[in-house]
Amino acid sequence: MAYFIQQLINGLTLGAIYGLIAIGYTMVYGIIGMINFAHGEIYMIGAFISVITFLVLQSVGMGFVPLVLVVMLIASMLFTSVYGWTIERIAYRPLRRAPRLAALISAIGMSIALQNYVQLTQGARVKALAPIISGGMTLFEQNGFEVRLSYLQIFIIILTMALMAGFSYLIDRTPLGRQQRACEQDRTMAALVGVNVDRTISTTFVMGAALAAVAGMMVTLYYGVVDFFIGFLAGVKAFTAAVLGGIGSLPGAMLGGLLIGLIEAFWSAYFTIEYKDVATFSILVLVLIFRPTGLLGKPEIEKV
Amino acid sequence: MSETKIKVGAAETSLPAMAKDVLMTAVIALVLAVPFIGLKSDSVGTALELYTRWPEMFAIIGAVLVGRVAFLLLRLRRDQPRAQSAQKRAGVKELAANWGGKHIVLIGVAGFACAALLPMMPFASRYTVDIATTFLIYVMLGWGLNIVVGLAGLLDLGYVAFYAVGAYSYALLSTELGWSFWVCLPLAGVFAAAFGVMLGFPVLRLRGDYLAIVTLGFGEIIRVVLTNWVDFTKGPNGISGVPRPSFFGYSFSRGGEQTFHDLLGIAYSSQHRVVFLYFLILILAGLTNWFTLRMRKLPTGRAWEALREDEIACRSLGINPTNVKLSAFALGAMFAGFAGSFFATRQGFVSPESFTFMESAIILAIVVLGGMGSQMGVVLAAFALVILPEWFRDFQQYRMFLFGAAMVLIMVLKPTGVMGRREPTIRLHKKKDAAEDAEAQPEIAQ
Repeated sequence: MAYFIQQLINGLTLGAIYGLIAIGYTMVYGIIGMINFAHGEIYMIGAFISVITFLVLQSVGMGFVPLVLVVMLIASMLFTSVYGWTIERIAYRPLRRAPRLAALISAIGMSIALQNYVQLTQGARVKALAPIISGGMTLFEQNGFEVRLSYLQIFIIILTMALMAGFSYLIDRTPLGRQQRACEQDRTMAALVGVNVDRTISTTFVMGAALAAVAGMMVTLYYGVVDFFIGFLAGVKAFTAAVLGGIGSLPGAMLGGLLIGLIEAFWSAYFTIEYKDVATFSILVLVLIFRPTGLLGKPEIEKV
Repeated sequence: MSETKIKVGAAETSLPAMAKDVLMTAVIALVLAVPFIGLKSDSVGTALELYTRWPEMFAIIGAVLVGRVAFLLLRLRRDQPRAQSAQKRAGVKELAANWGGKHIVLIGVAGFACAALLPMMPFASRYTVDIATTFLIYVMLGWGLNIVVGLAGLLDLGYVAFYAVGAYSYALLSTELGWSFWVCLPLAGVFAAAFGVMLGFPVLRLRGDYLAIVTLGFGEIIRVVLTNWVDFTKGPNGISGVPRPSFFGYSFSRGGEQTFHDLLGIAYSSQHRVVFLYFLILILAGLTNWFTLRMRKLPTGRAWEALREDEIACRSLGINPTNVKLSAFALGAMFAGFAGSFFATRQGFVSPESFTFMESAIILAIVVLGGMGSQMGVVLAAFALVILPEWFRDFQQYRMFLFGAAMVLIMVLKPTGVMGRREPTIRLHKKKDAAEDAEAQPEIAQ
């Protein structure tokens, strides 16, 4: 039982990170119907920026941990958003009216270019960072097995919950969110009633990038290592999460992320760690066969 | 985010607007460059240290600004005499398309003849023939995937999985059971097609984008299984000593029972095998192309194209979308299987390393950059993506970065691909308006 709860905690932490990335996929898919393949790279860029911000803070001698975390968070969100905006502007906006596959290839190209850009500028070696938040508490003990909840895990879960709450408010209650939902339903109609569609799409990318940056920072803190290649697998997993939860649905993305995190944690704990990715994808296929719209997705009615 | 508010519209051609544009570009370039180019983290021992590279950073930003100014000026020039040049351009396009359309068979045959004569050319060194062989593998894969993506309109992001199935089935059958290449080649195709059906059957009912993620996942699954199932596949070390193919039982080795050079009574040369492999892939690729071209004229092939254009219309005409898609998926997989077993026999070694997502991405890029459904486009795009990077070996470091950037650039400049014209293979009624048809975009934004 103790082991089970420990894996539950680990899985939820991992799932929170996947969920944050998945939101970026699902929002972009919802609004322009394309798979933003470069989103995993955005997350990787976020992770790198948080590492670099940490080093900058270290070199100016700032050591107060809460302040360091806040600055890292803000800096990585800010810089990564600009990356998200630029990518949309360069690689996707000219392709608004092009065939869908064109945008996908452009996104794959962007992803390759970004990966190699980071490799060129920051080197191919793994960046290891000393833990910033250490320690934790022991929840309970059973048969000599301690269930531990680290402060970092608490930080990750609370931050994710706060971001989700803020984000839901943004989408549900503010004019910005309303414009976004309008564009999602019908771009032409939204443009006719005075929504600036291009700007709304840009904002979507910026928001997705900011959330991915938070995920990137969390991973930096959680695993302590970053390299230029982490974006690909995380991107694929997060996209799987978005599809699992029902693409286009925000709560679905979060739910899908949590599920993927839990599946991975439990599979690694009880079966073989090598096949955890196989397990994730197999479950995705099974879910899609029986619920083709994902868990929380709305069925799409095709009209002639 | 103040940046998001700036709209760089097409209409802004006045001087202040352009100055503002350049200024904005500068600001954004600065923000982008500071954390990655201006600052660099590097490990010193166990700790990370920070370095700065300001001069390089400003040089790069300067280059970006020069590029932006050049771009704006170019657009200014292009916008002014618009009407006339657009008309002229359209005329030239039409002419080229007509000419190309009429003589496409001729171009194809000539290209094939040139390819067949390549090893006899004086400049054909071992290296050249080797590169040409690699190029033809990609052309064949491109043509195979073209059936799935270009004709049937199914987005397959895990095509390399079938390639891997083909390669491993030959490698295993030949090393474990000692079967010959010529027996394994069709078997590899059958296995790959069987995997295609197995995967396709549950997921082809789904919408296109789900298919994309499932095929992507499948590609990863195959790779993970190949890496971890050590007893069967020898894991990450791969299978070495895969037998080379023989020419009707005559091997290409220096000594031994029946050798190729003895058969012809000529001196042994290691070049023989390279040239033989080249002809083998040329024939396989030619077969793929011929098969596709024939298939497109059959009801099944026409159903693929129809399905790509409108699934609902197809359904109401009594076409079973799942079966039609499945046939395209399985046939595409089959050709990947053939190419895979060729790959295994050519390398003499297979390992999971060769079957990463990057390969799938390159093959898909070949199809889309070439123009979906265009056989000639695949050849051109394969040339651009396989041969050109080969020439830029000196820029090794920047190669992949430029590769990605080029993919974006080509798509932005030519979204329908180099040879992108969606002409149906068979037209039952005469065209009403050629110009209108040429302009029509395959997919109109909502």
